[in-house]
Amino acid sequence: MPYLELQQLHKEFGDFIAIEELDLALEGGEFLSLLGPSGCGKTTALRIVAGFERPTSGRIVVEGKDLTHVPPNHRDMGMVFQAYSLFPNMNAQDNVEFGLRVRRKPPSDRKRKVAELIELVGLSEAAKRYPHQLSGGMQQRVALARALAIEPRVLLLDEPLSALDALVRVQLREEIRRLQTQLGITTLYVTHDQEEALSISDRVAVLTQGRIEQIGTPADIYNEPTTPFVAEFIGTMNRLEATVTDDGEVDFHGTRLRVENARGHQSGERVLVLVRPETLAVQESANGGGGLGGNVVAHIFLGATTRVKIDAAGQELSADIPSTRAATLPVGARVSATFPAESARVLALEEKPGSPATAPADR
Amino acid sequence: MRRSGWFWLSIGALYFIIPLAATAEFSFKDGYSYSFAAYREIFDDPQFRDTFFLSLKLAIATIIVALLLFIPTVYWVHLRLPRLRPAVQFISALPFVVPPIVLIVGILYVYNYQWVPGKYLGSPYYLVPGYVVLAFPFMFFALDNAFRAIDVHTLTEASQSLGAGWTRTLWRVILPNISTGAIAAAFLTFALVMGEFTMASLALFNTFPTYINYIGQTKANPAAALTIISFGITWLALLGILLVGRRPGRAAVQVGGAR
Amino acid sequence: MPLVWLGVAPFFAWALAFLLVPAGALLIGAFRTQDGQFTSEFVREIFKGTSLEAYKKSIEISLITALLGGALGFLIAYAALAPGAPRIVRPALMTFSGVAANFGGVPLAFAFISTLGTVGLATRALDQLGINLYDHGFTLFGFWGLVVTYLYFQIPLMILVISPAIDGLKGEWREAASNLGATSTQYWRHVGLPVLLPSILGSMVLLFGGSFAAYATAYSLTSGHIALVPLQIGELINGNILSDPHQAYALAFGMVIVIAVAMSIYFVLDRRASRWRRHVQ
Repeated sequence: MPYLELQQLHKEFGDFIAIEELDLALEGGEFLSLLGPSGCGKTTALRIVAGFERPTSGRIVVEGKDLTHVPPNHRDMGMVFQAYSLFPNMNAQDNVEFGLRVRRKPPSDRKRKVAELIELVGLSEAAKRYPHQLSGGMQQRVALARALAIEPRVLLLDEPLSALDALVRVQLREEIRRLQTQLGITTLYVTHDQEEALSISDRVAVLTQGRIEQIGTPADIYNEPTTPFVAEFIGTMNRLEATVTDDGEVDFHGTRLRVENARGHQSGERVLVLVRPETLAVQESANGGGGLGGNVVAHIFLGATTRVKIDAAGQELSADIPSTRAATLPVGARVSATFPAESARVLALEEKPGSPATAPADR
Repeated sequence: MRRSGWFWLSIGALYFIIPLAATAEFSFKDGYSYSFAAYREIFDDPQFRDTFFLSLKLAIATIIVALLLFIPTVYWVHLRLPRLRPAVQFISALPFVVPPIVLIVGILYVYNYQWVPGKYLGSPYYLVPGYVVLAFPFMFFALDNAFRAIDVHTLTEASQSLGAGWTRTLWRVILPNISTGAIAAAFLTFALVMGEFTMASLALFNTFPTYINYIGQTKANPAAALTIISFGITWLALLGILLVGRRPGRAAVQVGGAR
Repeated sequence: MPLVWLGVAPFFAWALAFLLVPAGALLIGAFRTQDGQFTSEFVREIFKGTSLEAYKKSIEISLITALLGGALGFLIAYAALAPGAPRIVRPALMTFSGVAANFGGVPLAFAFISTLGTVGLATRALDQLGINLYDHGFTLFGFWGLVVTYLYFQIPLMILVISPAIDGLKGEWREAASNLGATSTQYWRHVGLPVLLPSILGSMVLLFGGSFAAYATAYSLTSGHIALVPLQIGELINGNILSDPHQAYALAFGMVIVIAVAMSIYFVLDRRASRWRRHVQ
């Protein structure tokens, strides 16, 4: 039996439909991320699980028990907010202890548990400091310890790292994952940062406009997006609108490309061919030589790799190649870009190809 | 909202509306029926007109002097002398510790026949310097906030780089941008002076509030009418602030009144 | 450079001439006689007889209106600002508070005479219900009548001053507390009130100072029947009592001391309160 279930959730705020239909089941100990752009309903869903919002319809079930109408202070869930949630009048230690005090645990038990958790999040030295004396990252660690102190059934995190510096974010997300695995707590994590979601989750649910577009493991989501939206939102993706010709081939502006996944589509069908930048190989070529021919228009230096932007028949392609190699293909050079036949995904072209609320991050 | 919330709001509403309603009722009473008799009596009274316009003139004088004092001061403090700000702030807050009753006694003590020519002693404008002091907190609070909201340095430098001198910069660039705060301060000062009783009464001048007090001692219904008029003036002043202000409901904290 | 000082000089000159000099002269005058000799007799007088009574009464009324006004103002402000309140309540309340906080002195006194005076609206209404206020010893022109009247500007003042602090209560604190198992009462006891306490106390101190200094309202309402410091000062100045004006200066001196102490306490409490409003993120 799944540990945490969101059953047919639907939530409206007046005319606005925040969540159209949400069905989700988490196994015990699982770490699942709700990923999506602003306004997709992920935070609303989390708040419904926590009890701060009531769904217009649907249920929240934990270990078989319907918690939909249980007030938030009786749900036994630990929540970490995005910011500002530490009680300013208490130091770190007292903040962590709060949930235990409310539950009237004996003082000795409380002290022990608090010390344990403070140590677990690495803040033993700062235990007596007040929130305004702690950095953002430290504050969130305290918030985490505080939520874990009550040994909740479910851990809920609402974009806990969004307000922090980039470096702290990476460190802290790995710690969160480590703690979660160690303690085995079922966790629901909300974020808009896909790198974050992909790096620490068991499964990721991509949301847009109040619906789940796709759920799967990070690898599934990345390698095999099932909708154009997911393809766009996760990582950078080259999108080629092409026409299926024969078995395993498509026609892109006059160029024939081998695409294994085009099999099964009707000849003449318009499709979207999705190619990841890192799968493109680029070489000098005067005439396009069997691949996508065009001119190099820009180099974006990313350190070890360089994203080379190529103008091929009016379409801008991004190819991630080693920087040393990119040096030999300067701006203006005529090149040809090829990709392995099996590596491209094919999706049916919708009337309005789903474009995410935020453009895919060009990292 | 919780039931207790509605309870307190209702209590508050009752407490604040009933006295106004009672006064209004009183003001319209005419023997055993209702009419505008009390109001007509007031408006026909030459003393009403004299004192009302006197207070009006004093208010305008106070506003002009106070703005002339504060706008350049706050401007310079923000632009060049930020270290003076605490001092200016402290002085502007002093009128809380030296309230009207104390201030007027002090002014009467110092500015008597020894130092001040007779004609000024007898003129109601004798009150203006003290009124300007009473306006300090409002002036500073509203103008300081207004200056903080704009980037004084950039505006001034931009203006000067385009060739404008100090006067033009102040007049055409700075003033329009702080006008909201200045107008708010002006309205607050207006309400302050139109309601100021303590200093006028002890200095033995006949201003509008002292007139209200005099009527209050003698005729009940006209006094009620005057109270309604006085309340209306304060209301208009606040409405003025709100209409001019771009953030309704967050007008400068008002800490004044004739208390 | 000189131009800059020219810009601020008028302000300081004015403050000097019309605030600092009069106040200073007054405070010194408290210690001098008519002939210019220094003496402490006037200051010592304020600790005796009617003067002491006046200080006690002034402090009493200021404390009571500060506490009552503070508590009621807080409850009303919170009701209007809490998350569940309808949206028009807040601007309506703030506007009205702005007006009411400025409404004082003679008109206010008269408004209450119209309400709770011997033939006031409320008095008559209660009489119809069988409760005769004045028979029970209440009079608007006494101590408690003054308290009720003072509250008319104390409550709105509290509302205006405490609202920013209430706004500063982050919703996350309440939700976090609830998430950790706390009831509403527990939240208030452990987080809400402790965080707000410096602001509430500070605001009450402000109310105390304002009430202590109030003259016009008391004058209108009581015509001097109650011994209050501002009224005594007024009487001495107006020459109603045959007395040395320096006695008035001494009383004023005492008044300034009391208010200055109150303001210092306010200052300390305000610093404490703003400490928690700082966030490091």
